[in-house]
Amino acid sequence: MASVGEEIILDLQKQSLREVNRSLHENSPSLAGQSIQILHPAGHHSVAAGVNVAAHIEVQGHVGYYAAGMTRQATITIDGNAGCGLAENMMSGQVRVKGNASTCAGATAHGGLLIIEGNAASRCGISLKGADIVVGGSVGHMSGFMAQAGRLVVCGDAGHGLGDSLYEAVIYVRGELYGLGADAQQQDMTDEDVAQLERLLAAAEFSHKPQEFKRIGSARTLYHWNPDADLEY
Amino acid sequence: MSHRPLNLEESASYNRHVIEYIHLAAERGVYDIRGLGAKRQLPTLDDLVFLTASASRYPLEGYREKCETKTVLGHHRAERPVELEIPITIAGMSFGSLSANTKEAIGRAATEIGTSTTTGDGGMTPEERESSKTLVYQCLPSRYGFNPEDVLKADAIEVVLGQGAKPGGGGMLLGQKISPRVAGMRTLPEGIDQRSACRHPDWTGPDDLVIKIEELREITDWQIPIYVKLGATRVKDDVKLAVKAGADVVVMDGMQGGTAATQQVFIEHSGIPTLPAIRLAREALEEMRVSEQVQLIVSGGIRTGADVAKALALGADAVSIGQGVLMALGCNGSHWADNGELVDATAEYAQLGVQPGYCHHCQSGLCPVGITTQDEQLEKRLDPAWGARRLKNYLQVMNMELTTLARACGKSNVHHLEPEDLVALTVEAAAMAKVPLAGTDWIPGERGHG
Repeated sequence: MASVGEEIILDLQKQSLREVNRSLHENSPSLAGQSIQILHPAGHHSVAAGVNVAAHIEVQGHVGYYAAGMTRQATITIDGNAGCGLAENMMSGQVRVKGNASTCAGATAHGGLLIIEGNAASRCGISLKGADIVVGGSVGHMSGFMAQAGRLVVCGDAGHGLGDSLYEAVIYVRGELYGLGADAQQQDMTDEDVAQLERLLAAAEFSHKPQEFKRIGSARTLYHWNPDADLEY
Repeated sequence: MSHRPLNLEESASYNRHVIEYIHLAAERGVYDIRGLGAKRQLPTLDDLVFLTASASRYPLEGYREKCETKTVLGHHRAERPVELEIPITIAGMSFGSLSANTKEAIGRAATEIGTSTTTGDGGMTPEERESSKTLVYQCLPSRYGFNPEDVLKADAIEVVLGQGAKPGGGGMLLGQKISPRVAGMRTLPEGIDQRSACRHPDWTGPDDLVIKIEELREITDWQIPIYVKLGATRVKDDVKLAVKAGADVVVMDGMQGGTAATQQVFIEHSGIPTLPAIRLAREALEEMRVSEQVQLIVSGGIRTGADVAKALALGADAVSIGQGVLMALGCNGSHWADNGELVDATAEYAQLGVQPGYCHHCQSGLCPVGITTQDEQLEKRLDPAWGARRLKNYLQVMNMELTTLARACGKSNVHHLEPEDLVALTVEAAAMAKVPLAGTDWIPGERGHG
């Protein structure tokens, strides 16, 4: 682990992924509050997976699958695009991607804030379990599938099947809806929705107004197994 | 008016069971959901027998000579492989489907006898972590309760792709079992009928699974083994893909495997029996030349020490049991124990429309003996210490039966049992197990055997 001034440098051109991640895990106590640069990610998978320290980590380039997977406490910025499963099962902290994200961004994430400045592909926020996701652009089909808790904010458009089989998560879409999934419905915005949107947009540093968004929530008709649910089961 | 003689000729195609099924479907408009495993007659390990020693083989002395049962899983890549005293492990069963007391009883028994237990859908409870020396943490499609803190407490991770009772299908936990604690662990509203997803949320095929497994290794710093659990369908292809994806251990669950609740049509009509699945899985490992690196655990209808011995002889490194565990704890028994006093539970079985010995109503949450329930009163019916003692006894009996058969075959290590020790009693079993039909050298389907 090299150190330049106050910054810690981890270089994936000089170290293996295993060494970089192990270094982030094993040195957690001493990394709190530190700034860490990860250089030359070059599409590596699982960069900064399993990190559990309140450090500022900047990844300088594109990453592959599962970047920042299962992360806790950390503030991670990816200066590039991210592959499938970005910040999957994240528990807390913040992950920001300056480019686009591939499928399943924020899958099953329990807590924290995931910000995608560009677009996100299909299944963004799938099985979301309490985290907040803000997407600056559009999301692909089946986003928010079986999302249980948390919020998905989409500043652009949303592909078809949005919010299919939603539980208690809420989706906000500013642009066009290309079709809702089973049991998802457009609902009236409440004062609470406006307040939450204001908070999330500010945290993500987007200037849109909450009133420009539509709220999508669960109609809760699939909460109980029954034969009258239009064969959804 | 003269009466015709009574004619009770029953249709084979439309017998009383089929007519009852059609009547109920017509009346209710919903299919049946139930627990446990397939009830239909299937080719099983009972259709095999051992050719124990005689003049041509040299037996070991009954319960005196040493017969090794130690089993090591996942030693190829993991820095901390799973080391067990016996090759009989406890299958994944969720907190939610089972009570916390039941999970604790299982953990205590497994620890005492030196084997592993496994979490299930819904996450890891403190009770089972504290009571289990070796705990396998399942990574399921729903990811209910799945979190990095518990990943780091685990002794192995099992990525579940399928289950023998319902390969290709997700689980169901009906509202009556979604108690406040279960709901909290799963981040779901209380009392809803919960559906577990049938496929993982963050990967879509075997090429992705390679990367997913690598992520789990990175998060755990390559310390612990990664298992991949499959429901037995296209066994050879699936095992090969699991190995290619990086599995340290493949868990193959045959169609006799149980479930907390799923559609009956799944339980009875999907997947293949454990008997052929074992042999196909072993062949897949041999064809890939990874038998020394990747271990095979087999589950689904493993009930006795004889079943364990036959599974090992056909190629399993270990077995996993679920329904037998519940029965050892009192499932389908007529009584439960209140401070050592046996209390009759047949009235509660009657309320479910069943009798002890026939019950499969795990889905109802009304388990008369307090095992598959979240009801505060019912769950008290299983005392963890009482249950642990019974389960430990059951595991001990199975292990003694296993070593008895192994010694009689002349093996000083249960892992030395081999297909050559077995013959089949039926043509079907001979074809599936790829061992000769008893009294012949005929293995149906083998080249040169017709």
